[in-house]
Amino acid sequence: MLDFLWLIPVLPLAGFAILSLLGKRISPKAIGLVSVIPTGLSAIITAIIGYGFITSPPANSAFSQILWTWFQVGNFTPAIAFHLDALSMAMIFVVTFVGLLILIYSTAFMAGDEGYSRFFAYMNLFIASMLILVLADNLLFLYLGWEGVGLCSYLLIGFWYRDAKNGAAAMKAFFVTRIGDTAMAIGLFLLFTTFGTLDIQSLSQEISQQPVVTLAAILLLAGAIGKSAQLPLQVWLPDAMAGPTPVSALIHAATMVTAGVYLIARTNFLFIHAPVVLAAVAIIGAITLLIAGFSALVQHDIKRVLAYSTISQIGYMFLALGVGAWSAAIFHFMVHAFFKSLLFLCAGVVIIALNQQHDIFKMGGLRKQLPLTFWTFLIGCASLSALPLVTAGFYSKDEILWYAWSSQSGGSVLWAAGLTGAFITCLYSFRMVFIAFFGEPKSTVSFKTPLRMSVVLVILALLSLAAGFIELPDISAAKITFQIISGITSLAGIFIAYLLFYGDRRFIGYLLGSRLSVVIRDLWFADWGFDWLYNNLLVRPYQWLAFINRDDFIDSVYDGLAWFSRICNQVLSFSVNGNVRWYVGGVTIGSVIVIGIAILL
Amino acid sequence: MIANIPLQYGLGLAVMLFGLGLIGVLVRRNIVFILLSIEIMLNACGLAFVVVGSHLNQPDGQVMYFFILTMAAAEVAVGLGLVMQMYRKFNTLDTNAINRMKG
Repeated sequence: MLDFLWLIPVLPLAGFAILSLLGKRISPKAIGLVSVIPTGLSAIITAIIGYGFITSPPANSAFSQILWTWFQVGNFTPAIAFHLDALSMAMIFVVTFVGLLILIYSTAFMAGDEGYSRFFAYMNLFIASMLILVLADNLLFLYLGWEGVGLCSYLLIGFWYRDAKNGAAAMKAFFVTRIGDTAMAIGLFLLFTTFGTLDIQSLSQEISQQPVVTLAAILLLAGAIGKSAQLPLQVWLPDAMAGPTPVSALIHAATMVTAGVYLIARTNFLFIHAPVVLAAVAIIGAITLLIAGFSALVQHDIKRVLAYSTISQIGYMFLALGVGAWSAAIFHFMVHAFFKSLLFLCAGVVIIALNQQHDIFKMGGLRKQLPLTFWTFLIGCASLSALPLVTAGFYSKDEILWYAWSSQSGGSVLWAAGLTGAFITCLYSFRMVFIAFFGEPKSTVSFKTPLRMSVVLVILALLSLAAGFIELPDISAAKITFQIISGITSLAGIFIAYLLFYGDRRFIGYLLGSRLSVVIRDLWFADWGFDWLYNNLLVRPYQWLAFINRDDFIDSVYDGLAWFSRICNQVLSFSVNGNVRWYVGGVTIGSVIVIGIAILL
Repeated sequence: MIANIPLQYGLGLAVMLFGLGLIGVLVRRNIVFILLSIEIMLNACGLAFVVVGSHLNQPDGQVMYFFILTMAAAEVAVGLGLVMQMYRKFNTLDTNAINRMKG
């Protein structure tokens, strides 16, 4: 059964090919089927392979399938090969199943859009690229998938390209991630020149502690930071919300942005030999989860709140990676994929139901109007806030906090940052719930959620609750203390969110009474001024340089050539004056010169 | 007889004739005189061939002169025909006035 592994990425790729060739000629219904069925089949194959993988694991708990040699340059022969182990198993499980659910949701969400087939073509290409990324056996093939998902992210953020703002957001996402991608490419070059291979398995055996490994780890980390929107390259993700909501759910919450986490987990042998970099991963994660959490606390746009929340949750995964808790990071990735895509899809329903209204302060009382969405959104928020015992988020976040405290490279500071982050998470998630779903209705809703959307929401809600039981924590006295602490934190967070944001929000008024708190709020709202900083530090100087060099100075060479030929043209056309005697004079002088040269030489 | 004339004299005469012809071509504006001057230059070349041929005691120089003579005759025939056409068309033989072909 494992031999069918190659079908998993190939099926969505085939879906992409069909849609891009025939998309304009077939009916919307057929487009929906062509886009959903390949991913559905991939999901089924994943389930079967997963079952086989667990019941009768292959040797070394890993399976490699080499299809063919990609190309050969000297002794560099990267293969088109897939590698399946527990890590990629978890990843393809999430990608295919969440991808399938979101595609089903999208068939209803995107109905009537003029780019219906284009949308699904991109989505299928994305799923195929993401599967290549997680299944790749060597880093070069992985990089192919890495760039593939980046491309699809760009195309889908700018999906509604008629609005120039969306195009700008798409370019911003592309450029910012490109900074990381370039660093990662250099890291790959470095690894290749040092070890002569990019094959992950052989690299993991050859690597030893040496300076070049640290450098390569830093470069790969830069790639991961760009893709996963961590400090200091997190600025693109909130703007990426310009894309359609299912895109935000699939690409910018569940899968692509966690590619950085996957990369670090996949190349953990590298990071283990670079403990400094690993510590940096933890610190970056801890800082990111805090600042993104604070930013999420003051946003108005429901999708931006969720975007900052995503950055913050990926910060948790980085924290886990940094303290060496690989499995906790991947566990949180999986749970996060479920509840965050659920939250985005709920937000999508709300946004459609209120005619493209994104501002949570213009929502209100949606609890009665969209009951199913309310309950599923509540479950998502509970899971995001790590509500104790019943939600999956509790188990995964608790694992991370536990390792942040107990692991060798962890410590009280990282743990405290994580716990504070958890508290803020409760605040902003229940802020959304209380403001958008409680209180007085501010608009009438006559939207009936299509069955396809409701089913997807319910399935994801169940997964957000139940996925935690896959990996129940082992019980020990110390651990229970920590669980109680984090449980109390999240309950306290929800309670304070209730005090602050439920009803007439009196306390917020008090809090915003002073000038300082208004300044802080504006700072958080503007993402701590990162956009402003980058605009003034990088974008505007660059634009200025481009402006003063608008007549490219290298062009001046070619302009000079053109000028020279024009001068020659003028001189020569002056000499062609139609006067026969002038020509005779020319011939005479020419002959004299030629004969003179012949005689003298 | 001719063998007694030194080579330098003969060639000097040829050069002088050639120079006169060239000056004529350069300074005259009338196309007929230009053709005339070209004839002088051709004959100067012919003279040079004959003189050198006689100096080397070989007939080649004289043979060459026949070629030049024939070519000159043909050239004059064509040239004068063109001059006729030119006069009909422009009513002048001044080459400075006929300068419409220019870049």
